Formats: sequence, C-alpha cells, structure tokens
Amino acid sequence: MAELKVEGITFAYEEEPVIADVSMELHERELVSILGASGCGKTTLFHVISGLQKPQQGKVVLNGQEITGCPGQISYMMQKDLLLPYRTIEDNVILPLLIRGGKKKEAREKVSLYFEEFGLEGTQKKYPHQLSGGMRQRAALLRTYMFSRDVALLDEPFSALDTLTKSEMHRWYLDVMDKIHLSTLFITHDIDEAILLSDRIYLLTGKPGQVTEEIVIREPKPRKRDFNLTEEFLSYKRKILGKL
Amino acid sequence: MKRKLPNTTSKILPAVAVLLLLTLWQIAGMAGMISEFLLPSPLDVGKAFVVDFPLLMSNARVTLLEAFVGLAVGVLVGFMMAVLMDYFEWLYQALYPLIVLTQTIPTVAIAPLLVLWFGYEILPKVILIVIVTFFPITVSLLDGFRASDKDTISLLRSMGATKLQIFWYVKFPGALGPFFASLRISVSYAVVGAVISEWLGGFNGLGVYMTRVRKAFSFDKMFAVIFLISGISLLLMWAVNVLQRRCMPWEKNSRSER
Repeated sequence: MAELKVEGITFAYEEEPVIADVSMELHERELVSILGASGCGKTTLFHVISGLQKPQQGKVVLNGQEITGCPGQISYMMQKDLLLPYRTIEDNVILPLLIRGGKKKEAREKVSLYFEEFGLEGTQKKYPHQLSGGMRQRAALLRTYMFSRDVALLDEPFSALDTLTKSEMHRWYLDVMDKIHLSTLFITHDIDEAILLSDRIYLLTGKPGQVTEEIVIREPKPRKRDFNLTEEFLSYKRKILGKL
Repeated sequence: MKRKLPNTTSKILPAVAVLLLLTLWQIAGMAGMISEFLLPSPLDVGKAFVVDFPLLMSNARVTLLEAFVGLAVGVLVGFMMAVLMDYFEWLYQALYPLIVLTQTIPTVAIAPLLVLWFGYEILPKVILIVIVTFFPITVSLLDGFRASDKDTISLLRSMGATKLQIFWYVKFPGALGPFFASLRISVSYAVVGAVISEWLGGFNGLGVYMTRVRKAFSFDKMFAVIFLISGISLLLMWAVNVLQRRCMPWEKNSRSER
C-alpha cells in the first residue's frame, strides 16, 4: 500500500515564487508524469516532496502520515546517475541499505537478487566509469529501488541518453515496472516519453509553476511496442500540445 | 603495444639523461677541468658512500625516525584540522588565515628557537616537521571536502544520511586524491625538515653528519649524504604512490580504460 498525496505546495526561493499551490496524488503501482518546460519548478517540487526542502505552505502525506520536510522516506533519483566513482556498482547499490545501518555483507546478498532483474548481471564488481550511460542509469535506478519499495521520484532519468538508448531504456523500464511494484512520480519535458510510460500526466506550467491539467492515458499496460505509432498516441500528443 | 611504447621511453629517457650528466661530470673531473677538492667526481662520491656506509645508515635511521614521527603527527594534526574546519564554518573562517601564516615563517629561523626551548633530543625536530607537513595535508583535504558534489550530497540526504555518513561515503573518498598528492609533498618536506633541524642542534642524524663532514671539508662525503637524502625522499614518494594505488583501486581502473 503506497499512496502519496501532495497538498497545496507553495515554495518560494528568496521571495521569488517557484511553485504555487501544487496538489497531486500518486496511487499504488501508478506511474505519473509531471510534464512541463524547464524552469517551471519541477525539480523544486521534487526537492520538497523528498523532504530536502521545506515548503512555505502545503504538506506531503505518505500512506496517511505527514512527511513534509523529513528526508529519508521517499526515494529520489536525480537527473544525473550520481553513482559514486570510487565504489563498485554493487557497493553503490547497497548505499541506501548501509545508510539505514545495514551490514555490508547482508546488503550485498540482498541486492544480488535484483541484478538480473534489472539487466545488470556481471556488473557487480565494475566501477561506474566502465559502464555505458544506459547501464549506469539502470544501476542508479536499482539503487533508488533498494532505498524504498514504495514511492520513487525520478527526475528526467533518461534525458541525458541518446535517442536509441532512450527508447531501449523505455522498453526496459516498462518491463521492470511490470515485475517490481513501484509507484513512480516521473519528471520529464519529453511529451512522447510521458505518454509512453504514464498512467496519468500532470501538466505543470507558468511561473510560478502550477498544475493546469491532468490527463489520463487509458492504454492498458504492458503497452505494445508500437504504441507510439498509433492514432491514440497522436491524439494524446495533440491534446497535450494544445494545453502547453 | 602502441600504448606501452611511450611509457617505456618515458622511463628510459630520464635515466639516459642522468647517466649522461654523471658521465660528463666524471670526465670533467678526470680531465682536471674542475678541482677535485671543490667538486669531487661521481666515482669519488660513490667511494665515500661505500666507505662511510655503516655510519650513514646509523645516522639515516635517526633522521628517518624523526621524519616518520613528525610526518605521522603532522598528517594526524592536518587531518583533524581539516575535518573540524570543514564541519564548523566559523572555525574555518577563524583559522584559515592563521594556518597560511604559519607557512610564511622561515623554517631555518625558528629551528634554533625550538632547540633552545625543547632541547637537543627528538622533540624540537618533530615539532618542526609537524609545522611544515600539516599545512599541505590540511589545505588539500579541505579543498577536497569542499569540492564534493552538491547533488550527491543532496541524494544522500534524501536517503536520510547523517552528516557523518555523508562525510564517510562522499567527502572522505572524494578527498583521497588531493590527500595523496599532498602526502607526496609532505614526505619530502619531512625528510628535509629533519635534516635542517639536525643542522641546528642534535647528536645524531644525517644533518649532524652533514655539518661534521662540511667542517672537515670532506666534500665527497658531503655529496654522498646529499645523494642519500635525495634517494630516501624518492623512495618514500614511491612508497606513497604504492599506497595510493592500494587505497584507490578505482583510479587504476580508470587509467587502464583510457
């Protein structure tokens, strides 16, 4: 049971309002995208939800418990993979478990089960710079997942990848999501990506950023490989482009 | 294969240069171009080294002991200073200019004072070495701590990491590279510092030996001890490199990748 509620968040940075009265909900096993141009406060919103920053108004509620301004509850994956260069992939992935006070050996055993599921087999003892961008992103995602099985915030996780790697990662991500039960809030500025992956999309626009529209993508999951070539896909895209 | 070639040449070239220089020096000495009394030939220096070998070694032991104790304390002090100054911003503000100031004090000037205050034994030498070695360590560690990636720190904070955990997982390993660079400097400072402090008062050590042979105008022995000191410094720097490779296995990997 994972349910995240964001209620009326307003955040200003040095008197300058960044987001105003943003409310959203994330239900169990949902993938919800926040779509908006750069500079509309998407990353600030994630900083608030993760508890890194305290909003001037509003609250964040996880499973009925208020967690506003308390980090360590929701896992957060930032734009860059942020794998520590001096730790092997395995030791990067166990980091959240170590921070919680877990033993190194047990943590390694625990994560080893997931390497295959995430398509990372054989990379345990490698260092991040020995992996391709896509693989590093997978490792970062596994680390995010090891932190919390409930709710994950992903901030443009695939934006730094080239188009081919990106579409491969999308397919991989939908596969993994089918196996693991994670509820995800997903920031992106890529409309295609949002439609392809999401159950619902919030449009965040303006300055300060506000939620102006909620769009439900009614395509069942797992989605067909050519979903992004169908007429439905295009009609969603047209609708979003009209609102932005 | 191609990648190995420049590596071997880079090792051969300096060796050839040194050999050439020594040969020229030897020839100039044998041809009578320079007075053997003022500048002994390399072979004479070598002879002096062999003759005085037991004496040099027993003195080197004393100097090395001082250098090691001084360096160990210096690294420890430097490390603690860096950690505290990184943790407490006000301490950084207060102490940083003071630490820079300690480096403007001429070592040779305070060494005799230290001898007057603390005697002819090991203590004044260790203090002098601590003063010259802690500075590079503190500054490099501080810079390393402060250069740590802000986003990575945010990420660890979002995982609920404490300040200590952020230090241990991000800041400390990130500062290891600069730390070893400064340790290489501090190692040679420690040896030179030990010798200088021995010049100015002491019973044993390479510095004392040096003063003695200079007063006797045995320049061949003088050069023998100079070469020995250089050799010791080089050996210690190499040891630091080995230690660095042991402590930072990811570095070796990234080099072989390129």
